[in-house]
Amino acid sequence: MSPAPARPGLLSRLELGGAAAAAVVLLAVPLVAAPFQTITVCYGLVFAIAALGFNLLLGYTGLLSFGHSAYFGMGAYVVAMLVKYLGWTSMEAFVVAGILGSVLVAGLFGLVCVRYTRIFFSILTLALSQVLWSLALKLFWVTGGTDGLRVPTPTLLVGSLAPTSDKMDFLAYRYYYYVLVLFVVSVIVMWLIVHSPFGKALQAIRDNETRAEFVGVQVRRYRWIAFVVSGAFTGLAGTLWVPLNGLTTPDILYWQFSGRIVFFVVLGGFKTFWGPILGAIAYNYLETYAVGFTIYWQLVLGSVLVLLVLTMPQGLAGTVDALVRWLRRPALT
Amino acid sequence: MNLLETRRLTKAFGANRAVDGVDFTVRAGELLALIGSNGAGKTTLVNLISGLVGADSGTIVFDGQNVTHQSIHERIEAGIARSFQLVNLFDQLSVRDNVALTIFARQGKTRHLWAVADRDGAVADEAMQVLRQFGLEPRARMAAAGLSQGERKLLDVAVAYALRPKLLFLDEPTSGVSTREKAPIMDVVTSVVRQEQITAVVIEHDMDIVFTYSDRIVAMHQGGILAEGSPDEIRRNEAVTTTLIGSPPPS
Repeated sequence: MSPAPARPGLLSRLELGGAAAAAVVLLAVPLVAAPFQTITVCYGLVFAIAALGFNLLLGYTGLLSFGHSAYFGMGAYVVAMLVKYLGWTSMEAFVVAGILGSVLVAGLFGLVCVRYTRIFFSILTLALSQVLWSLALKLFWVTGGTDGLRVPTPTLLVGSLAPTSDKMDFLAYRYYYYVLVLFVVSVIVMWLIVHSPFGKALQAIRDNETRAEFVGVQVRRYRWIAFVVSGAFTGLAGTLWVPLNGLTTPDILYWQFSGRIVFFVVLGGFKTFWGPILGAIAYNYLETYAVGFTIYWQLVLGSVLVLLVLTMPQGLAGTVDALVRWLRRPALT
Repeated sequence: MNLLETRRLTKAFGANRAVDGVDFTVRAGELLALIGSNGAGKTTLVNLISGLVGADSGTIVFDGQNVTHQSIHERIEAGIARSFQLVNLFDQLSVRDNVALTIFARQGKTRHLWAVADRDGAVADEAMQVLRQFGLEPRARMAAAGLSQGERKLLDVAVAYALRPKLLFLDEPTSGVSTREKAPIMDVVTSVVRQEQITAVVIEHDMDIVFTYSDRIVAMHQGGILAEGSPDEIRRNEAVTTTLIGSPPPS
């Protein structure tokens, strides 16, 4: 074992290097890639924010939510409603309202869900998200039912950046950078949360709930806070997703979408901080290309995913991590 | 002075009265051993006092305040801490973080979402200090899951100790380790407890350990208290030797 510094740095050199490289690539995407490609990356970043929020519960608190479509959908529907009923256009207002809306729903659902753990927690989150889905479906005079609600391109930066006539162009440049900034802010905030004393307490709850209670961590209260924070991130993702999609339908409240968020995170690796981000972006690419490639895209996607999970049980990030360790292994002398 | 007193404390699981009208007293500053065969009610008594299970009837008075109906959290704040018979650690956290978490919790800092935990020098220093006392300093950066059984038992005690309690319950601190390892673990634990003047209650099966390390002994049998007294008194107590040790008192 190599002697380690007494006060470890906040990020390892590898993490810093990786983050810097990723930042350069993400900044350059709109300049070098076709608008369609940029928009695909943009979707990936949005899903990555949702996955980050989801993984605060799975990876750090040990709770598998099967109902995160509720918060994503809430973030999206809040925007659609504000457009339809109040005629709002400002993205900043949408972001604030979307987060508030999802926090409200997560706060309420959380009160019920955090009383349980394991499969009981998962089933409860699933059931509650289905309630929202059926409301969106049945209250069609408010929500548009299966037709959903159309959402025009918003104005950015307190109205100073109005939508251009070329919607594709607007999304692939201005809106992409807008999402990128919020993505970076989300990553930083989540990184801080999981490395804070609060984050350590969540990990303690994950590892051993009884013991956590006996060192003075109020387990249920902390789970609830984690639940709400998780919902807020996923809600923000939903809010950012609507302008890209131009439309919100009850599909994003359906349990299948919750399953997709679970898959982002399992694919990327829930035991690492960066795994969910990688997983969301990778899954989104996979799906986009599988859809374009064949009408049997679900079959292709399913097969690829099964293969990935079988060969990389630690997820993409876990595999990269293991590879780096292997490369850095001390030479046998 | 009595630090802890229970009066007619009772807890039944179905027809089984695990703790049956127990008057149990712990004096400030002593190291008390709680002995008894399996099923005697020792662990249930500790569970009642620490708040893991609620009492059916009776009262628990700790440090002058009635804690019978307080939450686990309130009892910890009052100064009651415990370790566990089956090691209860945060396996994926580092050894240092296991202790640091306790310190964060004690200082109310686990509510902080914006501070970077590893940058809290005071907490890190205190955690290392605690690990040094328990001889675990060289293991600080290792995941707790990677420790040996003996080290895990020590860390389990260290985590409870880092709460700086007035009263520390140790539920079989040497169970599951080899006979050879028992005395070194008890040496470390008792020296820390005595040095910091913490009142401690040790549940233990090994009579050699009990007679060597404790100031006073309480023997339980079938949910009640069979006898209490100094190690010498207990060694000579006929009821204890026949029911618990299974041999006549030494002549």
